[in-house]
Amino acid sequence: MKFDKPETTNPIDQLKVVGQPVNRVDGPLKVTGAATYAYEWHDPHARLAYGYPVGSTIAKGRIASMDLSRARTAPGVVAIVTAKEAGQLGKGSRNTATLLGGPEVEHYHQAIAVVVAETFEQARAAAALVHVTYEEAEGRFDLTAEKDGLGPTESDVKVGEFETAFAEAAVRLDETYTTPDQSHAMMEPHASLAAWDGDKLTIWTSNQMIAWSVGDVAKTLKIPPANVRVISPYIGGGFGSKLFVRSDMILAALGSRAAGRPVKIALPRPFLMNNTTHRPATIQRIRIGAGRDGRITAIAHEGWSGNLPDGDPENAVDQTKLLYAGAHRLTGNRLATLDLPEGNAMRAPGEAPGLMALEIAMDEMAERLGLDPIEFRVINDTQVDPGNPARPFSHRQLVECLRVGAGRFGWAARDARPGTARDGRWLKGIGVAAGFRNNLTMKSGARVRLDRRGVVTVETDMTDIGTGSYTIIAQTAAEMMGLPIERISVRLGDSSFPVSAGSGGQWGANSATAGVYAACVKLRETVAQRLGFNSKDAVFADGEVRSGDRRVSLAQAASDGELVVEDTIEFGNLKKTHQQSTFAAHFVEVAVDAATAETRVRRMLSVCAAGRILNPKTARSQVIGAMTMGVGGALMEELAVDTRRGFFVNHDLAGYEVPVHADIPHQEVIFLDEVDPMSSPMKAKGVGELGLCGVGAAVANAVYNATGIRVRSYPITLDKLITQLPGAS
Amino acid sequence: MPILHDLELNRRDLMVGGGTLAALTAVPAVVQAQPSPAGAPALTKVSLTVNGQSHDLEIDIRTTLLDALRERLHLTGSKKGCDHGQCGACTVLIDGRRVNSCLTLAIMNEGMEITTIEGLGTPENLHPMQEAFIKHDGYQCGYCTPGQICSGVAVLGEIKAGIPSHVTPDLTQPVTLSDAEIRERMSGNICRCGAYSNIVEAMTEVAGRQG
Repeated sequence: MKFDKPETTNPIDQLKVVGQPVNRVDGPLKVTGAATYAYEWHDPHARLAYGYPVGSTIAKGRIASMDLSRARTAPGVVAIVTAKEAGQLGKGSRNTATLLGGPEVEHYHQAIAVVVAETFEQARAAAALVHVTYEEAEGRFDLTAEKDGLGPTESDVKVGEFETAFAEAAVRLDETYTTPDQSHAMMEPHASLAAWDGDKLTIWTSNQMIAWSVGDVAKTLKIPPANVRVISPYIGGGFGSKLFVRSDMILAALGSRAAGRPVKIALPRPFLMNNTTHRPATIQRIRIGAGRDGRITAIAHEGWSGNLPDGDPENAVDQTKLLYAGAHRLTGNRLATLDLPEGNAMRAPGEAPGLMALEIAMDEMAERLGLDPIEFRVINDTQVDPGNPARPFSHRQLVECLRVGAGRFGWAARDARPGTARDGRWLKGIGVAAGFRNNLTMKSGARVRLDRRGVVTVETDMTDIGTGSYTIIAQTAAEMMGLPIERISVRLGDSSFPVSAGSGGQWGANSATAGVYAACVKLRETVAQRLGFNSKDAVFADGEVRSGDRRVSLAQAASDGELVVEDTIEFGNLKKTHQQSTFAAHFVEVAVDAATAETRVRRMLSVCAAGRILNPKTARSQVIGAMTMGVGGALMEELAVDTRRGFFVNHDLAGYEVPVHADIPHQEVIFLDEVDPMSSPMKAKGVGELGLCGVGAAVANAVYNATGIRVRSYPITLDKLITQLPGAS
Repeated sequence: MPILHDLELNRRDLMVGGGTLAALTAVPAVVQAQPSPAGAPALTKVSLTVNGQSHDLEIDIRTTLLDALRERLHLTGSKKGCDHGQCGACTVLIDGRRVNSCLTLAIMNEGMEITTIEGLGTPENLHPMQEAFIKHDGYQCGYCTPGQICSGVAVLGEIKAGIPSHVTPDLTQPVTLSDAEIRERMSGNICRCGAYSNIVEAMTEVAGRQG
């Protein structure tokens, strides 16, 4: 099905099942421990062996020698694979560094060997016996040191004459902000179980993008994609870390080939943070010029980040092209080469760190203009792409988000003078920030089956990374086929199913359900034909197909055998003619201890405008989860870089702090009533990343309101506050 | 529920599901009678009582309780998130108290009553805490969930038993249930998906029902 015209009315609009706060259909399996994650597949007939990785202990250079002799003779060892044993490997099209290093080492904890043994304990012990010597090369690890050599590039996007307009502006802001390297830190480590059957490879893994994985495993191992099957029905969190093939898949496959047995491997937590990807640190310079009326005349956002050679920048400036009005604009990324582990997508790549900076800048600018921060944003709202005014937003309710949130949160009671609200020893503050994230759509396929019991089974390689895919897909099929949700079975995460959008970039929910919608439209036509209905008149409801006085049970259509159809939704030009984005307003109240500078978040509210909400229960969870991650980014999360040795020092869950229960108050989410017929037949958009975009700045602005201290370097830890607290000597 | 049923079928087609104990007979032959001076693993016999069932294992003494549960008994509901006691995903109940099962060796738990998530309830017969997690959406990816639920059950027990915490305002008074008590006591169980707000609601409902 091609989606290239704004949607009119369709069966989803009934909202009997879609749009309802249905409990997760995979819930009973998850709460009882019965859901099977990557490392948990057991076959009593397979002589399963255990893999354990060996990582480089230098950041850059060459392996001079590897002594495997002690490891090889260690008890239980079945095989050891290094680059030498592996032979010539390719590199996945989405990988920057190779997944099995050697003799060249590209980053710290790059995998350089896998040890396979009969048991986990034996594999771990033997891996510690691999002795490696290196020829260390000098690397570049310090973004600040590299920044100065990096100026404007040809890819800078310019609208009007920024420099002139900025120089002439009545009120100006020119500030620099920094965000640190961050780790996804999902709860399930990357894990894979690989088994060969002749030249055919099956990998049970934990991955967000099944078809990408098939392609990149094949490319890395230099085997045909048709010989690779990837299965990933449950994923213990990803946040972008599992978008790509990582070392666990390749080491398990190579280890299994060498051992002649199925091999499973989970990346040890202390290894994972330097071995896999992270969100790169940024330095961001923001300049805003405005008239005394508060109208922005000039806005520039430049971002510096680093990555391995051939890596991408952290695109922290993109939202600044679209979020606020202003005739004269400049955005650009400057990319340094750094020899740290590979930087790549983490939840809301670009916007998450970009808005952490931009939305502090907006708060600062409002203060300079003597305007309320909400009014300043309202004044500069735009209903068109500011760089191309002929191109409107499909639907933009940022102002409504801010207004509704202000009312609900009690914004009017806020004292704009910082450091004035006290609650005993606590300094209290309230902050706001806008949230913005584009709505991406991706081609997505599904197969649907109707059996003689009247059960509809949906098969698609879509993944559920905690997002609720199982549930919203079941809701979509139930709505389309006129069945209760209990009559829908959903099977996900298997490369033998049609290729879907996968989970990433908050495109999954809308695109994958649209693919299921397309397949169900086809199934409805097939059913109608089979039962002798005109498909245009047929109504699917209560397990029946009806037209006029005639009604036949849906199951009847499959009485002679299962009906199986497949379709794919493809998206046309609507995203070019209309800018499709999602919007939010985030409100945060903090209390900062007047003596210790300890910051506690007391209240949080997010108001989101993101198209039709397919399931308010699971969508709300997406948003509160993102708000929680936003608190982490604002107050604690930072991979500390050792700029001499070139690695992240705090590479486990004790050193890399993420929010825990005690850090998070009750959270409130409001979804504005919205449908976006430009987006898909579902009229939905994404929320999974929107919920994170801007939260960190709302926390930072609340800390400023509480203390009068403007911290422009995340995370806002107490050492950055304590010497400047009101009354500190 | 057909969805669940079919997932089970799907899994069984490929490999036998996690609940089976059949693989016990297929454990690799690494068994040695005594520790060997040549560096062979030291093996010992241990009897573990898990969810009311007794299991006799011959086990590498380095095996954590978590790995014994997951890799030998195939009770994979207890999750390995960090293997270092930093995340709480492996939380089980030992003699009614919550323990990070990655931080205790299997051989240290002879004779103890071990309860895992599988022992609390099944998809067909859910424990009230499991039900409340579903109702309040106290999870997303589900990986920390068994640990959260085991901790949640134990925390309500700790509060009922009058065991104080860091945030208990008055040590001379009985401990009362509050959001702050729940949040403090649950802070050893990380949920990166960020379901904390919903987990507190789920636990509060169960505590209310218990009275």
